[in-house]
Amino acid sequence: MSFEALANWIHNWLYETLHPTVALLVEFAIVGVLIIGLFAVLGLVLVMMERKVSSWMQLRLGPNRIGPWGWFQTVADTVKLIVKEGMTPNNVDKLLFNLAPMLVIVVSMVIMAPIMFAKGIQIWDINIGVLFVAAVSSLSIIGVLMAGWASNNKYSLLGAMRSGAQIVSYELSAGLSILVIVVLTGSLKMSDIVMAQADGWWLFKGHVPAIIAFVIFIIAATAETNRAPFDLAEAESELTAGFHTEYSGMKFALFFLAEYVNIFVVCAIGATLFLGGWMPFHIGSWEGFNHVMDYIPSSVWFFGKTFLLIFVIMWFRWTFPRLRIDQLLSLEWKYLLPISMFNILLVTIIALAGWHF
Amino acid sequence: MTLKQYFKDIFTGVKSLATGMRVTGGYFLRHHKEKITEQYPDNRDKLVLAERFRGEVVMTHDDNNEHACTGCTACELACPNGTIKIITKFDMTPEGKKKKALDTFIYHLELCTMCNLCVEACPTSAITMAPTFEHSVFDRSQLIKKLNKPGSKIREGVE
Repeated sequence: MSFEALANWIHNWLYETLHPTVALLVEFAIVGVLIIGLFAVLGLVLVMMERKVSSWMQLRLGPNRIGPWGWFQTVADTVKLIVKEGMTPNNVDKLLFNLAPMLVIVVSMVIMAPIMFAKGIQIWDINIGVLFVAAVSSLSIIGVLMAGWASNNKYSLLGAMRSGAQIVSYELSAGLSILVIVVLTGSLKMSDIVMAQADGWWLFKGHVPAIIAFVIFIIAATAETNRAPFDLAEAESELTAGFHTEYSGMKFALFFLAEYVNIFVVCAIGATLFLGGWMPFHIGSWEGFNHVMDYIPSSVWFFGKTFLLIFVIMWFRWTFPRLRIDQLLSLEWKYLLPISMFNILLVTIIALAGWHF
Repeated sequence: MTLKQYFKDIFTGVKSLATGMRVTGGYFLRHHKEKITEQYPDNRDKLVLAERFRGEVVMTHDDNNEHACTGCTACELACPNGTIKIITKFDMTPEGKKKKALDTFIYHLELCTMCNLCVEACPTSAITMAPTFEHSVFDRSQLIKKLNKPGSKIREGVE
């Protein structure tokens, strides 16, 4: 039984046995629990993946003491963070200081709404899905600024302000590269975008503009999630830990978790837009090949593509040195933005003339 | 900046980034073959240290329990932080002459910075740096070492 059938069965059963309002509330609760569970699993898996990828790229062993080949290291780390005291320093703005991690984590939870995890598995298929993601993802900077300001610490404030400048800049090229796919599909709805790629992914169907947009999207996604080489908001060699210098225990863990969940979210969006979401890999008229590909479950396709992009972003992190703030801004405003504006012109011509497949 | 330069910058930038990614990607693919991590407490028995590793100053003795130290105190003078203290005595040569010789070579490991200046100052190559590093003890007095072995004497012919 596929996930879609299971979800539909639960949905029908709830609406048959319960009052519709109660059934809706129960569904809210189920979705909430599932999302929190996904967050916990993502936190454990992605942190472990990051540590292993980084160690293998530096010819090290990585964590190898807890569990087989150290796979339970992140479980131990999580237990440590839960047990630790969540301190609130004396001269901080107590309300904002404690609110900031919550806000950041809530924003990452909200972006989960329009993502299609598998065929028919989506929390909320709104007709402005992509716009929703672009709008909500820029809210997390408010949490970062809040944390930086409330901490009453110059490093935190500097880190937060850098992060603000960075996200305001890179939202532009991320938005323009998303727009390329929206122009090709003619819809902002996530399910429409995925269905449009049934006969081939946009990365292959969209000619040169889609490839340029994909590269720019990956760069902008790396910048928006504040990861190296764009991790100026943290910049541990300059600002100790940037905006979360004053945080400890579970409040720090929430920032940390939000960072990794945001990576997952942007990579999921990238996989949906450019690599066809849960759509299997199909080649033109190779019937046999396409048929074999259809047997792989759609959730495996989606998570496989997402984790491939996550790996690419981790690869960036462990290869490139950190940019200076002026280099960061000149990369965006002098290179990425003009290229993506030209790119959107090109893709509009292609879409109007119907040159794409 | 000319337009040509602009596109050239983009091209060289992408090319250099790709070169970097090829290096780390190569490491990632063959990480199981060439590990640089030393699994220290586990591989303690077969640990190989670099030839130039400077762990502590030792005095080399040969099989006849003879060393090459003349007690000239060049190392003591060369030491920037008073790590070495040499106590000399006078031996009698067969011809009945008095000759200066080493009595005790005191080495304060707790003060030593492993700068190698004493080894370079030594005219007879009597002392050298040993590749040992497990120096921790429970009492500071155990770090004050006497380098010449008991009963040792200067090798024949070393002046």
